[in-house]
Amino acid sequence: MLRRSFIQSSALSLGYLVLGYSLAEQKAVAAQTGFANAWIRVGSDNSVTMVTPRAEVGQDIYTTLPLIMAEELDFPVTKITVEQATADAAHYGNPHPIMGGNQVTGGSTSVRGHWDQMRTIGASARFMFIQAAAKKWGVSPTECSTADGFVLCGAKRASYGELTELAALETPPEKPALKDPKDFKYIGQRINRLDTPIKVNGGEVYGMDHHEPGMLVASVARCPVMGGKLISFDDQSAKAIKGVLGVYKIGEALAVVADDFYLANKARGLLKIKWDFGDTATRKDTATIMARLHEAAKKPGVVVAKSGNFENPVAGAAQSIHAVYEQPLLAHASLEPENCCAMIKDGECHVWGPFQLPGFAKSSGAAASGLPPEKVIVHSMFIGGSFGRKMGFDYAFEAVAIAKASGRPIKLIWTREDDIQNDFYRPPTVHQLSGAVDAKGKLSGLMVKLVSPSPSIKAVPPWVQNGVDLFMIEGLNNLTYEIPNHRAETLIQDVDVRVGYWRSVSNATNAFAVESFIDELATLGQRDPLEFRLEMLGRQPRAQAVLKLAAEKAGWGKPLPPGHFHGIAHQECYQSYLAVVAEVSVKDGVPTVHRLTAAVDVGIAIRPNQVETQVEGGLLMGYWTAMVNQITLKDGQVEQDNFDTYKMLRFDSTPLVDVHLIVTNNRPSGIGEAGVPLAAPAIGNAIAKATGVRPRKLPFVDA
Amino acid sequence: MEIKVNQRTQQFNGDPETPLLWYLRDHLKMPDTRFGCGQGLCGACSAHVDGKLVRTCNTACDEVVGKEVTTISGLAPHLAQAIKSAWIKVDVPQCGYCQNGMMMAAAALLSQTPHPSDADITDAMNKNICRCGTYAQIRKAIHLAAKNLTSKAV
Repeated sequence: MLRRSFIQSSALSLGYLVLGYSLAEQKAVAAQTGFANAWIRVGSDNSVTMVTPRAEVGQDIYTTLPLIMAEELDFPVTKITVEQATADAAHYGNPHPIMGGNQVTGGSTSVRGHWDQMRTIGASARFMFIQAAAKKWGVSPTECSTADGFVLCGAKRASYGELTELAALETPPEKPALKDPKDFKYIGQRINRLDTPIKVNGGEVYGMDHHEPGMLVASVARCPVMGGKLISFDDQSAKAIKGVLGVYKIGEALAVVADDFYLANKARGLLKIKWDFGDTATRKDTATIMARLHEAAKKPGVVVAKSGNFENPVAGAAQSIHAVYEQPLLAHASLEPENCCAMIKDGECHVWGPFQLPGFAKSSGAAASGLPPEKVIVHSMFIGGSFGRKMGFDYAFEAVAIAKASGRPIKLIWTREDDIQNDFYRPPTVHQLSGAVDAKGKLSGLMVKLVSPSPSIKAVPPWVQNGVDLFMIEGLNNLTYEIPNHRAETLIQDVDVRVGYWRSVSNATNAFAVESFIDELATLGQRDPLEFRLEMLGRQPRAQAVLKLAAEKAGWGKPLPPGHFHGIAHQECYQSYLAVVAEVSVKDGVPTVHRLTAAVDVGIAIRPNQVETQVEGGLLMGYWTAMVNQITLKDGQVEQDNFDTYKMLRFDSTPLVDVHLIVTNNRPSGIGEAGVPLAAPAIGNAIAKATGVRPRKLPFVDA
Repeated sequence: MEIKVNQRTQQFNGDPETPLLWYLRDHLKMPDTRFGCGQGLCGACSAHVDGKLVRTCNTACDEVVGKEVTTISGLAPHLAQAIKSAWIKVDVPQCGYCQNGMMMAAAALLSQTPHPSDADITDAMNKNICRCGTYAQIRKAIHLAAKNLTSKAV
């Protein structure tokens, strides 16, 4: 216990020397553990373990954050062992201002939030190793340097491992000196992901790979209409199946626990359940849901950005147009369905699973088990895709409740149908836009109003302030364009469908509306869409640079194969600057996307290869979603349920993707989501050019 | 019934209709085949039966009696090595959840077609879904794996 409390209490100060312990005690622990705080542990064999505070959902934060620590510690990145942090916001909270210190992986904040912290932690440790070596050798610390996990002084050389016990007793510096970026050894290099061998070589990787002795498997029958109630049920035939342990009422759902997932589902299919669907009038079909947004759009919203004559941005203009854009509900559909293993034993509750917010898993586990939160131990596993879905509350609550009710360690798995029909969907949106150009064809005014349900209002109420959801204004209050007369508004309108955060959140919905409409205005002014944008970016060199590079690499303005057309779009997203050119042809009304060319400026690209693959994956997700995906409702029930009705991108529809990086010395910005938004408007703009008809509604192909 | 998985025969007395996927995952505790859709639509659960690519989520246990089931951990070492090293070199995975299935589909392809063209790859891999969009990296890794296999054969 002494060791654990040492590590825990020392973590906050990043050092080891903890008040309240005698020097003898400290030496005893140091001898046992060596240098160890909540972030970095150094073994006497010169092995280094680093803890990553953010969840790994595929975005590769597993490598990136430890790499930043390793850069400042001066230890070879490829030799680090990485550990996923447990639920512990005091140590592993997200320092990005928007996250309020909560342990959240989201909003593309991981690098933006932890950049200074990771550097400081690494530099602080390095300082302590130098101090330790200097004392050991009787030299001044200023005479010492480090290289790849060794402290050097003239001919003297000691590994961090040799010094770990001594370094543990050093006092961490108040404010350690950080490297000059020109001296970065690892940052900016094409270093492979540290999790690749683990994922390729297999073993226990994801939540549902975990096993405990005696663990059974659970499947849950939920009301086909979300929010409906369980009236009564008959579980006789379900329970009669050999291998079924029992059927348990969990809230308004029924859980079947069995020897395997096949039996659990077989029994689930035999349950006779009477549901109360509740009032589904507002959700009787998708048209009803969208009509509600259109009706709400008549009301004024809350102004979130303005300039010039913001009350009437198009007043007195040479030419003006008005347009309405519509985007559907979407499911996340990560390939790993929701799952969670739960075990209640010896007064503790353990959960294993995919958690973007492990704190939610902790609080849900506490609520479901009746144990205090500190008795809920969260084991965060690699996440098999999330895109904003796997926050950690609903499935973790279910799993722990089932473990408690059945008295067995259980593994809860959702079927694909459960996943698609019980999502926190991307909010459906309606955008109203008005815009004007002057006599020279220059943009003179723009009004844009977003109407949609709020993803935060129920999940994280503090993110809604004065009627504005911080996750509806992304991509709306940060337009890069200098617009003489401008107003942007948002209006929250509930639609009685559960909504949530979907990769890039409102950046995507706002980008499709705004960047499509900018093209409409370029057409109105008889202007080239690229020039039209560039002339509004006089004060935005980074935005200009990405637009110019994407255009150049795609061959903008140069001849294309017959029937092929280019569309362009640009956005600042999570402080990254992006531009995308889509090459599209349309045959019998069906668009084919041949190539997506992107340029991106993320400031310091910590791992350029990671930036490129994130943008590529994001573009493909944005492209395919815009092409075919939509969630529709009928009498309150979601109509799609698996990959035959909610189709996924496959090899045969994957276009060529080129991503070009512009490396600048700006602070690193967000990139896990920023690839998503621009595919849709770039493709829409190309479709409009190809057909003369402006697509204002997604998906492009109504399958 | 007797089921032979990766050269090892074991007795299974459960429901003969149990999909192979759940026999492997829940009874043998093998995470090699992953659950993605349960309908043979995504390929995450891919394995080989008598050397042929199958979706274990819609292959019943009684269909594989008397046959050889191979999962990724039981692939022939030269094939596994060629594919896994290519996957690692290209740094293919993002979330990684689909990749066991992708590698098994690639293994089946390379066993039939040692030098697949891009069109062969699209054809053979089209039943496998990667939600993160690593298709270009997978394609590259398959070409590299083909090269690995050939150079070893020489």
